Amino acid sequence: MPHILELTGIAKEYYGNRVLKGVDLAVGEGEIVCLVGENGAGKSTLMNILFGMPVVHSTGGFSGSVKIGGKSVEIDSPFKAMACGVGMVHQEFMLLPGFTVSENIKLNRELTRPTALSRAVGGLDEAAGRRLERLDHAAMDADARAALARVGLEVSEDTTVGTLPVGHKQFIEIAREVDRKNARLLVFDEPSAVLTESEAERLLETMRALASDGIGILFITHRLDEVMAVADRIVVLRDGERVAELKKSEASVQRIAELMVGRKIEKRELPPRSFEVSDKEMALDLQDLKVEMPGEPVTGVSFTVRRGEIFGIGGLAGYGKLGVANGVAGIYPSGGRVLKDGEDLPLNDPAGALRRRVAFLSEDRRGVGLLLDESIELNIGLTSLQVQGKFLQSWLPGLSLLDRGNLRGHAREMIEWLDIRCVGPDQPVRRLSGGNQQKVCIAKAITLDPDLLFVSEPTRGVDVGAKQRILDELVALNRERRMTIVVTSSELAELRSVCDRIAIVARGKVSRVLAPDAPDVDFGLAMAG
Amino acid sequence: MRERVLSLYEKWVVKHVAEIGIPRLLIGCFVAALLCVAYLYDMNLSLLLSDSLVRVGRNGILVLALLPAVQGGLGLNFGLPVGVAAGLVGLLVPMNLDVGGWKCFLVATALAAIFGWLAGLAYGWLLNRVKGQEMMVGTYVGFSAVSGMCIFWLLAPFHNRKLIWPIGGIGLRTTLPCTSGMSHILDNLGKLELGQLAIPTGLLLYFLLLCGLVALFFRTRTGLAIRAAGENPLYAKACGISEDRTRLQAAALSTMLAAIGIVAFSSSYGFVQLYQAPLMVAFPAVAALLIGGGSVSRASVSHVVIGTLLFQTLLTIALPVANKVVTGDISEVARVIVANGMILYALTRGPR
Amino acid sequence: MIHPYEPDLLGFARRHAVPVTFVALCLTLCVLSGQGPAFLAGEVVTRLVRNSFTTLSLIVPVLAGLGLNFGIVLGAMAAQMAVIAVVHWNMSGLSGFLAAAALAVPLALVFGWLVGLLFNRAKGREMVTGLIASFFANGLYQLLFLFLVGTLIPFHDPGLLLPEGYGLRNTVNLAPVNYALDDILSATWIPHQGVTWAVGGAKKADSAPSVELPNPVAQNTSGQGTPVKVPIGTFVVIAGLCLAIGALMSTKLGQDMRAVGQDMHIAEIAGIPVDRTRLIAVAISTVLAAWGHLVYLQNMGTLNTYSSHEQIGMFGVASLLVGGASVTRATVWQALLGTLLFHTLFVTSPLAGKTLMGDPQIGEFFRVFVAYGVIALALALHAWRGGNQK
Repeated sequence: MPHILELTGIAKEYYGNRVLKGVDLAVGEGEIVCLVGENGAGKSTLMNILFGMPVVHSTGGFSGSVKIGGKSVEIDSPFKAMACGVGMVHQEFMLLPGFTVSENIKLNRELTRPTALSRAVGGLDEAAGRRLERLDHAAMDADARAALARVGLEVSEDTTVGTLPVGHKQFIEIAREVDRKNARLLVFDEPSAVLTESEAERLLETMRALASDGIGILFITHRLDEVMAVADRIVVLRDGERVAELKKSEASVQRIAELMVGRKIEKRELPPRSFEVSDKEMALDLQDLKVEMPGEPVTGVSFTVRRGEIFGIGGLAGYGKLGVANGVAGIYPSGGRVLKDGEDLPLNDPAGALRRRVAFLSEDRRGVGLLLDESIELNIGLTSLQVQGKFLQSWLPGLSLLDRGNLRGHAREMIEWLDIRCVGPDQPVRRLSGGNQQKVCIAKAITLDPDLLFVSEPTRGVDVGAKQRILDELVALNRERRMTIVVTSSELAELRSVCDRIAIVARGKVSRVLAPDAPDVDFGLAMAG
Repeated sequence: MRERVLSLYEKWVVKHVAEIGIPRLLIGCFVAALLCVAYLYDMNLSLLLSDSLVRVGRNGILVLALLPAVQGGLGLNFGLPVGVAAGLVGLLVPMNLDVGGWKCFLVATALAAIFGWLAGLAYGWLLNRVKGQEMMVGTYVGFSAVSGMCIFWLLAPFHNRKLIWPIGGIGLRTTLPCTSGMSHILDNLGKLELGQLAIPTGLLLYFLLLCGLVALFFRTRTGLAIRAAGENPLYAKACGISEDRTRLQAAALSTMLAAIGIVAFSSSYGFVQLYQAPLMVAFPAVAALLIGGGSVSRASVSHVVIGTLLFQTLLTIALPVANKVVTGDISEVARVIVANGMILYALTRGPR
Repeated sequence: MIHPYEPDLLGFARRHAVPVTFVALCLTLCVLSGQGPAFLAGEVVTRLVRNSFTTLSLIVPVLAGLGLNFGIVLGAMAAQMAVIAVVHWNMSGLSGFLAAAALAVPLALVFGWLVGLLFNRAKGREMVTGLIASFFANGLYQLLFLFLVGTLIPFHDPGLLLPEGYGLRNTVNLAPVNYALDDILSATWIPHQGVTWAVGGAKKADSAPSVELPNPVAQNTSGQGTPVKVPIGTFVVIAGLCLAIGALMSTKLGQDMRAVGQDMHIAEIAGIPVDRTRLIAVAISTVLAAWGHLVYLQNMGTLNTYSSHEQIGMFGVASLLVGGASVTRATVWQALLGTLLFHTLFVTSPLAGKTLMGDPQIGEFFRVFVAYGVIALALALHAWRGGNQK
């Protein structure tokens, strides 16, 4: 079987961080290859390289070779990739809602007919002339119908896309890629995330049909049952390495799950507690929590957190793990019931949660957690000032002003305690490194003096050295201040190193609550849902 | 050697230019150059400076009025005429009753503040519904307010013969002299005369007092909440601050200050200008704030003071100097070019 | 659920709330104005001739997602520069008009390109940028024609300059090109007397003076006999423009503009040169605005050097919006209907004010209020809906 795509020895560094370490990947004509791996395993980087995304080239390029149809090619832009016959079915739809199905399928590949004017202008400037040609709607519609037929979508080509259901849009997206005359390789990047069961089933059928026409398919998904249903071959990535390549006959869901997660856990000795954590005292009790967080929907999560423990929430991106903390903190609209210390916590009320001494460090540090252009001290103190009236000095009855001296003193204390590297408490946080910004967030949370702290992605965007320090700070907060901490993280290893228990969230629900030293295969299966 | 010079250049020139900001630097140099030219032409600098100080005091509050809106995340408040219209109504009430002097000024200011606050709440309510398009909507709401008020001035129930057209018995005149004792009331308070240089102490103190109050306000819990929500609405939400509420407060405060500002302006000017006069009031104010170093999303009291000082000095000195150098009244044209050029510059640079 | 094509009066009114409201308002004002239909028809025809071309020039940037292009004022400036040059060179008639149209193109292209560059730097706030750009350009324009012409720029034409020897006069007589386009073919209708046709302005000498009505109240006394002149030539040109806009939008370039207008990001991913497409849209709009302003000026017959262009942007935008267009959607029909309605309102409101309050000034203030108010309302509604969709 001739190979359409051959990637050999692909390696890539981002700012000294090796995200791909010599990966080989090949897709044959009419073959369906599944690419699986945890978040951060290097799948997206590999696809960025394949599509010549600017981010790859602006960060120093990559090493290794790309061959398409047996010929070495240098893909330096997405357009080059398209010209080579590589198509991408995007996770977010790249469809114009106001255009018809046919116009979307033919976007920027419209069929045109020359006119007198276009010929005249074309004599001077060929490209300009081509842009003045008239659209040939009849021919475009005919092509669109053919493409729709290939993906098996029964919808009129002159329907406006904005009015169609989500599932249809996914198929139109595929039809657009199929319509390219030179389409040889199609990449499906988690296409089934938004589809219903029956639509997902049809998607797999469409893939098989396309493969039987000789198109090579690279399928990226977290749904292992889908992998088992369509894959001819399965490639497992972990930590930037290709850890396994399985034929369909060799594979099983358990085996794939184990390969995805498997890593040696460095179980470090955590400092002992001076207090006891027992099942009798519950700090938090979630009952069927639902959160409408875009991209991370939670459809019904229930678990309990014991007072004084460090509880982890893990899972794959887009499966809802981030939604849990955001819902409890009141950032995104939520429903269900949340009990804190046995009493109802008001939902959709960020101030109410804060008053009940629940603090939240958002995963979106720069977007939600900080005022980037304000000073370190104001960032540390402002939330407490607003919620608890700290750092205010009363001047007249009814007139209280910010007490700068008090705030500065507190900020200096925090800077020293957390070792925040800065020029002084009045430095704008924008100029701090990611790790120091995270420490400012932690200082902000400590200032609130919570007894329940939610931390999401505490080490995202933090350099390697600072990662461990931040985790140590969290453990210290738990051990010394008896703070109950709920950590949400994409890095399972991180959770396994500090947590007492870990809940794995998949497709908006808790699939299992595991001990940190549970077998890899359990984590893998739980994550796949 | 060359490298050392370059590194010194990097260290000092680039850093300081970046801190001061190119527009502020350019306008500052321009004002300085104008002063030199004025000196060389043997013009009366004292008179020019006196004039410029009066204009700073007169216009300063209108520039200050922009500050809460920028801080609150509403952008440059081109809807200033809304507040001006409210302020004019507040001013006309005591004038219609023939009240003069301090009584008139204080009553007018109090009424202007109340009307301005109410109008600002309505304006803020609208702006909350057009997030992202505040500046464009504000511009045209301001224009509509001025043209709508034109009809009001014609029909309003004011019957004082000094205010209405002599014929017909209805409709306010275009320009009204302030009631006796009210004109220049602030200028004359503690006026200092050093030779030919006259300092309108009261007027300047009033402006600085309001600046101080606004600065203090932004150190209160509410003020800090407005600032936080303006800078990062998501942060505010996570703090339990209602962004819609702080934006409403920012719009109301801005509109109220504009209303108070027009009372001070009219009193210092000696005349109340109605009808189309306030149509373009926002543009020079916005330009002054930007020249002072403010931007679409960030501004401070110091930007207000520096900007007003630079811009008004520029305008006062430019006119006589220009008349010496070129014939014809070029200063109005220069004002239009500088003001709008400044705003364009800010629009194409600021964050989205 | 009502089918969108079902003849449903209420539904129709709801979908077209803005134009329906303005039709009602216009009808009321027409009745209140106390004028005969011939007078109104004459006025409205004149206004359509003068202004519809300019309103049409706004459509392309709306479709390309740039919103309402307040930068067309720069196109009007280009037109004024061109027409001043033509008058200076003593050209007249249709050839003079065509020369001005040709000369305006390079000027408008340069201005439009510059405005387009500004817009590309201020994505998301093109409209306010366009408005300020027009104020700024107006300052430069005044600097050029009030101070530099005759001093730094060697230009000596006593007929055009102020008595001081520099700076252009406040009004420039455009008699040489007056009706140059209108009179290619025109029909004059005199009530009770029928229609007379004129080709190439042959009957210009005795053509009706009805076009210029400085004092509508005085005109009223002339009663029913007022002749209505319909410049067929200009209407043909306007119809041609409508077709040309339609043709442009059916080309690949037009499709690209629509795509960019809907979502710049997706268009970019699909390989459409977004910034360039936006520049082209603004440049086309500016050139059309220049031509539109020339059509306006040849009908007016005089140029107010420092004010003719100022209101062009506001009137054009208000007209388009009154016709039912929005910041993101506009059609040729909306432009034409809007021009008709807005200018009917403009003509009748002072008269109605006179009838109602005995004071035409109220009507004048009212129409200015409507112009600004309708823009404010349309922008607010647009932003409001845009916000809700997110």
